[in-house]
Amino acid sequence: MSYTLESKQLEAIEDLLQHDLIDMGVTCVILIDMAGNIIANLDSGERKHDIYSLAALAAGNFGAVSAMAKIIGEEEFSLLFHKGKKENIHFSRVAEDFLMVSIFGNDVSLGFLRLKVAETIKAIRSILEEITGQ
Amino acid sequence: MAFINPKTKEVQIKIVYYGPGRGGKTTNLEYIYSKFNHRIKSEMVSLKTHGDRTLFFDFLPFDIGKVMGHTLKVQLYTVPGQVKYNATRRVVLRGVDGIVFVADSMKVVREKNLLSLKNLHENLKDYNRSIFRVPLVLQYNKMDLAEQGIPLLSYERLEKDLNTQLKVPSFPASALRGTNVAKTLKKIISMTLPSLQRNLKKEVVN
Repeated sequence: MSYTLESKQLEAIEDLLQHDLIDMGVTCVILIDMAGNIIANLDSGERKHDIYSLAALAAGNFGAVSAMAKIIGEEEFSLLFHKGKKENIHFSRVAEDFLMVSIFGNDVSLGFLRLKVAETIKAIRSILEEITGQ
Repeated sequence: MAFINPKTKEVQIKIVYYGPGRGGKTTNLEYIYSKFNHRIKSEMVSLKTHGDRTLFFDFLPFDIGKVMGHTLKVQLYTVPGQVKYNATRRVVLRGVDGIVFVADSMKVVREKNLLSLKNLHENLKDYNRSIFRVPLVLQYNKMDLAEQGIPLLSYERLEKDLNTQLKVPSFPASALRGTNVAKTLKKIISMTLPSLQRNLKKEVVN
């Protein structure tokens, strides 16, 4: 079982991520599916992370947190965010099968990031809907 | 669920090592990591408990060359084998392209192999996948223990126990020594390729 996105869809997604998030100061954005595969990744060039491991762990973590939510009677948690000293990481679900991971420094506020992420996700969703037919 | 990226010409496939606790799933990955580390660019990720048992999963990504002009990135995962970690196993199984079931050949754990295989069947069903349709390879591990006089199940017995209905490729192995570890991996990768190639062909036509 496998799936593919068209080049132009990937380009549109990457343009969105670049314009809406990287240009706004986000260090690194990775769009992954729930299996842990990387669909798109962009960074500001400041740091090189091991994105394959990051994607695997993010998908696992998201799955674990969703299972925790269900145990306590929640559909899902709306805010998934880890704060570090210099870098922070934010997770957001994009449609049923995709997840967006944003890494950002303290110069970007969480509120601003959430706003931009919400806008970006809305736009990505409409691009993805074309392939998943949701 | 393999992902094909036509822009970067990259294909990512997910292979999960499944099986009872202390069966040798992590040892398989550790052997592959030590043997092929010249090809593996990143570190192996292991989420373990203090007792050195897998708590969440191990993760090992590497490139194995090209298929129809696309770089094939194989991502190996293990699951925690202990019965109580089923929620975690289910999370790791999501979007799987191929499964290696690592059975423990020791006579005393015969029942655990059966239970773990049944558990795999049920967890796949949760994702509307059938154990009879997902690429699957069986590996009968710990064959080296026979030299120490530890009672093992024979290959025929293991086949009868686990492979009567499945009828999938199976290998006696020793993950610790590396016997048939690469062979198992090669087999499962080759079994995931046909469906991938069909999609790649479509991709090339487009």
